[in-house]
Amino acid sequence: MGDLLAIENLKTYFDTEEGTVKAVDGVSLRVKQGQTVCIVGESGCGKSITAMSVMGLVEGPAGKVVGGRIEFDGQDLLPLSRHELRTIRGNDIAMIFQEPMSSLNPVLTIGEQMTEPLIEHLKMSRKAARARAIELIGQVGISRAEQIADSYPHELSGGMLQRIMIAIAISCGPKLLIADEPTTALDVTIQAQILDLLRQFKAESNMSILLITHDLGVVAEMADYVIVMYAGKVVEEGEVVELFANPKHPYTQGLLKSKPVINQRQNELYSIPGQVPNPLELTESCYFHDRCAHCMDICRTREPRLKNVTDESKVACWLYEEAVVHG
Amino acid sequence: MSSMNAELSVNKQASPVPVKSSLWKLSVRRLLKNKLAISGLIVVVFMFALCFIGPLFSPYTDNKIHMAMMNKAPSLKHWLGTDALGRDVLTRLMQAGRISLTVGLASMLLSLFIGLLLGAIAGYYRGIVDQVIMRVADLLLTIPGLPLLFIFGALLSEWKVPTDYRMYMVMLMLSMINWPGLARMVRGQMLSLREREFMQAAVVLGLRDRRKLFNHLLPNLVPLLIVIATLNIGGAILSESVLSFFGLGVMPPTATWGNMIDAANNMIDFQERPWLWVPPGLSIFATVIAINLFGDGLRDVLDPKQKR
Repeated sequence: MGDLLAIENLKTYFDTEEGTVKAVDGVSLRVKQGQTVCIVGESGCGKSITAMSVMGLVEGPAGKVVGGRIEFDGQDLLPLSRHELRTIRGNDIAMIFQEPMSSLNPVLTIGEQMTEPLIEHLKMSRKAARARAIELIGQVGISRAEQIADSYPHELSGGMLQRIMIAIAISCGPKLLIADEPTTALDVTIQAQILDLLRQFKAESNMSILLITHDLGVVAEMADYVIVMYAGKVVEEGEVVELFANPKHPYTQGLLKSKPVINQRQNELYSIPGQVPNPLELTESCYFHDRCAHCMDICRTREPRLKNVTDESKVACWLYEEAVVHG
Repeated sequence: MSSMNAELSVNKQASPVPVKSSLWKLSVRRLLKNKLAISGLIVVVFMFALCFIGPLFSPYTDNKIHMAMMNKAPSLKHWLGTDALGRDVLTRLMQAGRISLTVGLASMLLSLFIGLLLGAIAGYYRGIVDQVIMRVADLLLTIPGLPLLFIFGALLSEWKVPTDYRMYMVMLMLSMINWPGLARMVRGQMLSLREREFMQAAVVLGLRDRRKLFNHLLPNLVPLLIVIATLNIGGAILSESVLSFFGLGVMPPTATWGNMIDAANNMIDFQERPWLWVPPGLSIFATVIAINLFGDGLRDVLDPKQKR
């Protein structure tokens, strides 16, 4: 199977008064057809910016994609005009956001907002689009679809709104669904329902999902392939089972350690010491070095490259560079 | 705890969903509670009814000069007396109201249209377009409105614009000085709305600019627009009266409230014949106050954030 989405060496920088923030710095990733890829990382590690770059949402004078390629279905997205991009957005690539409450226009009914992409991309008539919207509301597991279509966002709960967002996202049959922390704003049981829904639609239509999350539970449940990001860079990636069983990078190990284990009460949950470095003060080094228990001299002066350690996993860490450790 | 939450939201799903118009119903109910606003509305409706329906019942609509009936005090035959040319003041008052209210309404609509269009474009596209539009608006805003109107009015007289057209010219003039403020406000709202998350969602859906502007952004502006528009009518009526009072707006024989008060410029009329200038003055006063009260009430209802 070919790659549906291939990001090569993506660089998205933000110009601020204090200097350039390299929010995404040389990230490469691939999403195959029908695959679920998760991007994991702390807040501010650049995972959302990666997704927004794909959608062309990084705009304005401050933020800019300065380098790299984003290839979707064999087509480079970056040089596309606004018009060409518009025909892809919502149609071939759909996205759902973290906050369902604020992702829907408060003054339009659910039905009105659901019919828009159908009319726009599938050239449906207003009537047909409405019928389809009601059908979709039913498909995402909400009863009384007709009534819901005529209600306003503030009249529904967060879980229902996220279902509506999913319904809108899948309405045009996208090949890729980007979900930016789709369950973060929801409570745990609703989370599970939303994830189930995503899995169900993925199975039905063979679409790919790029899931962005900081929740390792979500990763374990959803992902085929995991990408761990830290300070704008990919530090480790691999098949989900391999990554959970044998985390290589000290950061990944730390992340997995800081996850509470059910039925085991600890006095204190492990947390990775230190803070995410200020993106303005980064110099050539492993960005994780001052929080790392295995820090070596070379980590402070040179940046490790992402390399295959086993067939299924890559890691960017000097610990796994034989030549350096032994030489 | 979380399982309880889940149950709650499942229950919510089953509970009846309020009907579509609930937002409007709620607003109307809130408005009905505001006595000042409602009395304002009643006065406005009364004024409109008086001016547009009243003349139909008047036997004096021909505006003919009756030498025998000059400057008669109010009587049963002429409720508000007659003017220097023997015309019925009440009839003229109602006909004048038609013009004044129409000018107010029309210039509001026109300035709303211009201001909304330019403000929305400036706020949505930003950049150069924004700069050009807003600098023009700033330029118009820096010059005080009244002197500007006087200059326009004087020009109209200079160019000998036919009196029939002057009414339309006055409408145009009023919208020309009113749109910049409106455009500014719309632009500000636009700038903040376009950064909201639901607009990002609309971008992600691949919607056209037109759809984003008119289907997503405009409905969010409606409450603000209703309030501004209402308050604007009052302002426009006032400006038109001022202009006409100074003889720079709509010209006699076409009557407006403004040029009827002009009678007060005459010492004898001012002292001896108050029926000539008190009624139009009171009409302007009552109408503008009523419109402003109603507009304020609307603002409280539609824009709760501005509540003190």
